[in-house]
Amino acid sequence: MAKEYYTVSEIIGPLMLVENVEGAKYEELVEIELANGEVRNGRVLEVNYDKALVQLFQEPRGLDVDSVKVRFLGRGVEIGLSPDILGRVFDGQGKPIDDGPEIIPEIKRDINGSAINPYARDYPAEFIQTGFSTIDGLNTLVRGQKLPIFSGSGLPHNQMAAQIARQAKVLGKEERFAVVFAAMGITFGEANFFMDDFRRTGALERTVLFINLADDPAVERIATPRMALTVAEYLAFDMDMHVLVILTDMTNYCEALREVSAARKEIPGRRGYPGYLYTDLSMIYERAGRIKGKKGSITQIPVLTMPEDDKTHPIPDLTGYITEGQIVFSRSLHRKGIYPPVDVLQSLSRLKDKGIGEGKTREDHSDIFNQLFAAYARGLEARELQVILGEAALSDIDKIYFKFAEEFENRYIQQGEDEDRSITFTLDLGWELLSKIPRMELKRIRPEYLKKYLPKFLKEEKK
Amino acid sequence: MDKGRIIKVAGPLVIAENIENAKMFDVVEVGEQKLIGEIVELRENKAAVQVYEETSGLGVGDPIVSTGAPLSVELGPGLIESIFDGIQRPLDKIKEVAGDTITRGVRVDIIDREKKWEFKAVKSEGDEIEAGDILGEVDETVLVKHKIMVPYGIKGKIKKIKSGEFTVEEIIAVIEGEDGKEYKLSMLQKWPVRQGRPYTVKKPPIIPLITGQRVIDAFFPVAKGGTACVPGPFGSGKTVIQHQLAKWADADIIIYIGCGERGNEMTDVLQEFPELKDPRSGEPLMKRTVLIANTSNMPVAAREASVYTGVTIAEYFRDMGYSVAVMADSTSRWAEAMREMSGRLEEMPGEEGYPAYLSRRIAEFYERAGRVECLGKDTREGALTIIGAVSPPGGDLSDPVVQATLRVVQVFWSLEDKLAYRRHFPAINWLTSYTLYTDSFDEYYKKEIGSEWKEMIQKSMRILQEEAELEEIVRLVGLDALSPDNRLIMETARSIREDFLHQNAFHPVDTFTSFKKQFQMIDIILFFHSRAEKALKNKVSVGDISVLPIREDIAQAKFIDEKETNKIDELKKKIDEVFEKLEKESSNG
Repeated sequence: MAKEYYTVSEIIGPLMLVENVEGAKYEELVEIELANGEVRNGRVLEVNYDKALVQLFQEPRGLDVDSVKVRFLGRGVEIGLSPDILGRVFDGQGKPIDDGPEIIPEIKRDINGSAINPYARDYPAEFIQTGFSTIDGLNTLVRGQKLPIFSGSGLPHNQMAAQIARQAKVLGKEERFAVVFAAMGITFGEANFFMDDFRRTGALERTVLFINLADDPAVERIATPRMALTVAEYLAFDMDMHVLVILTDMTNYCEALREVSAARKEIPGRRGYPGYLYTDLSMIYERAGRIKGKKGSITQIPVLTMPEDDKTHPIPDLTGYITEGQIVFSRSLHRKGIYPPVDVLQSLSRLKDKGIGEGKTREDHSDIFNQLFAAYARGLEARELQVILGEAALSDIDKIYFKFAEEFENRYIQQGEDEDRSITFTLDLGWELLSKIPRMELKRIRPEYLKKYLPKFLKEEKK
Repeated sequence: MDKGRIIKVAGPLVIAENIENAKMFDVVEVGEQKLIGEIVELRENKAAVQVYEETSGLGVGDPIVSTGAPLSVELGPGLIESIFDGIQRPLDKIKEVAGDTITRGVRVDIIDREKKWEFKAVKSEGDEIEAGDILGEVDETVLVKHKIMVPYGIKGKIKKIKSGEFTVEEIIAVIEGEDGKEYKLSMLQKWPVRQGRPYTVKKPPIIPLITGQRVIDAFFPVAKGGTACVPGPFGSGKTVIQHQLAKWADADIIIYIGCGERGNEMTDVLQEFPELKDPRSGEPLMKRTVLIANTSNMPVAAREASVYTGVTIAEYFRDMGYSVAVMADSTSRWAEAMREMSGRLEEMPGEEGYPAYLSRRIAEFYERAGRVECLGKDTREGALTIIGAVSPPGGDLSDPVVQATLRVVQVFWSLEDKLAYRRHFPAINWLTSYTLYTDSFDEYYKKEIGSEWKEMIQKSMRILQEEAELEEIVRLVGLDALSPDNRLIMETARSIREDFLHQNAFHPVDTFTSFKKQFQMIDIILFFHSRAEKALKNKVSVGDISVLPIREDIAQAKFIDEKETNKIDELKKKIDEVFEKLEKESSNG
């Protein structure tokens, strides 16, 4: 039986100081028993002589310094794992909240995980079809990648994330696929949307949900993504499943981290966020990937709302430095009623080159991508010119590009919330839009592909 | 007697008391698992230790013992083709022992102790030798002759030396020292990472490092033995540039330090480098490369050490007389690691929470670059080039790490996300970047490609600058308002940008351009320009010039194979013909 201490001397925000402690270990799990028998948890943040600084996982309400009993459990924070975990719903600390039975663990794992040896990693190269033209065609996602959505408040990032979870598949293969979903500080409405969506589409049984709502204690959410990723690692590397992890909203997570840091009176970095925010985020994001010799994979889609839509804010900024690209949302596209409002020019998938082309998507993918990109950029320039100087100032070719940009937004970017486009459809749609541009202008497509694909679409035009 | 014991644990920082024989920057073994740490502060009987492995599970009272030696790297045959973590533990061997993740307290040999190397002595018994003299050679890979040097501090006469097959620990030579001592030498040496390796004299750099990247070699070259930095926001292509340099730079040895960056990027290097062939030797690039990988999720203190580990290994190869290039991606993560440790030590912060010694540390690091005359009687020359990526928050160049770096480096490649959004790669801004080396290379240019090179580059740069000024006017009043001369400037500038500066790292031919071909490409663009200027005087309209199909041939020059570059020069005749035809038409019409 572990020793019990009644020596709590300070409780400040999410932190608690325990004195006269013997042998407390850094990162150790702590149980806190209230006078009424209620048990809460925390972990050791710092040990200093006989003092242990404990970070609470729940809110401090109701705690006092006199009657609270503290036990040090001699192990880190763990989560119990078993195949039965699929289809279950947990709170931010891993307790079931779906009226189902407790999980009887086959194994327990420390939620911090440990870093994958770069030598053991396998490079992500398998194309995932999400059914979105803006992702599949332009910012291709591959298995083992971490591709965040940079959104803003009020934008439909949740719809997109749910739709990706619903539609994502690898072509030509029947494989075991699972979704791990971690909600951090989102509203009941948002959480309900996801649950309903998963239930409606039958996805729930291959999904594990961790739900920490906006009115749940903020400190709880520091553990939430780590639990979700420990589950994901179990499913991927023990159970050979392909796991898609959705983390939403990382901004709330970072704010919780800032709260703890401020309570510890640490020297803040930019905008009050702790100096180790980069390291902390990387410990989450870098848990995506593939391992040589293992069948499963972890693909991450973190969602974050950029404060004031500012991409240079520390959270999106540091995230962008760690993740392999980003899907950026545009408020102006959203205002035009375009879903998903993906700002194509600012979005990027760093791993796309490895996941596209012959044998993966189609030989002409890369050229189509470059050409669409260039044409849309040109179209936007024409639009800008039109705004300043009026339509009369546009040259004939500018007018063509101007129209192209409109169509590109309305047909290529825009799609329905239940529309699951195949990659062939996306690529052909690209051809169709490009066929309205004079052939001379299509410099980024290799002549042999122009010859092979273009005529088909020109003919259709004439009919 | 008191044993050393831990009294405080806060993240990667551990405070301990009563460590026997504690000296600054000595390595200590922390806890029962003997985690590796380094003493960074001493206060009476208390020592602050930064621990290079995860510290969870450590507690007050756990033992801590000093090894009595500073943090060092092992040097000897077997370094090339390795992948190490920040404190030089081989990741491939860790995988064998510990599996797919990095576990704590793993101990593996840094350099293979079993492998036998063929040692060929070049000195013989009775020879007088001093530190730095080459005793013999080992063919480490097809590209690298590993030279076994007399360690620093030894001078005397060779008593015994033999060629043959040895492991790195076996004795290959016995030296009778001047001091009367007998030194038994193996091929394995150690050197503390925080101390630069000695050399005879440092010299100013005079030869450019040819990288095959046109914007760099032509406009902003870095010297062999020089320093350069690549700051830029995320998505602007820092890592691609670092990878391109590691692939194609004409250095003998490449040390690539992945400091606090993505795991998948290191995997990319690991998978790609053995496949890619060095354009000069035709051998796999891995055969001249050492990788240091301390990804962002690996312990933060080891990240701090990783750049020193890398540069010390680089100095060792420099001392053999090689040209070595170090790529550090990214020095911002290194600085952040310093900041984190400094914060835990509760030091008074400087700018943005970085420690006050930030700029000193950065300057010290870059100053380890240079062209040097190595120790040893044969006065051989080695060079160490350092190219550091910087990742400023939000791409903001006023960041303290960027500013401290710019004060010491000689070359600045300014990456811009605006260019990247326009898919202009490499996204190096030609107006804000600079190099301070151009004058040093006069001799080299004269000898290698012709003294007109410098003038051609200056002319091209002038055209680009004029374009930037003209663009302002165009934005206000439209292209039509420009004079024909100015419109030609705009056309040529576009050609320089799109046909020369723009380079596709993923195209098999375009990814590398030899210096000679670069010369030809600039030459043909400028030839077209001056021919067009002449045509304008002969009343040819600039509109007609801008739609000449021959311009497409100039644009395609970058895709011409290195073996067929004479095709570029042949274009000149065609250009002449085309213009003559135009001129005739315009004088007739």
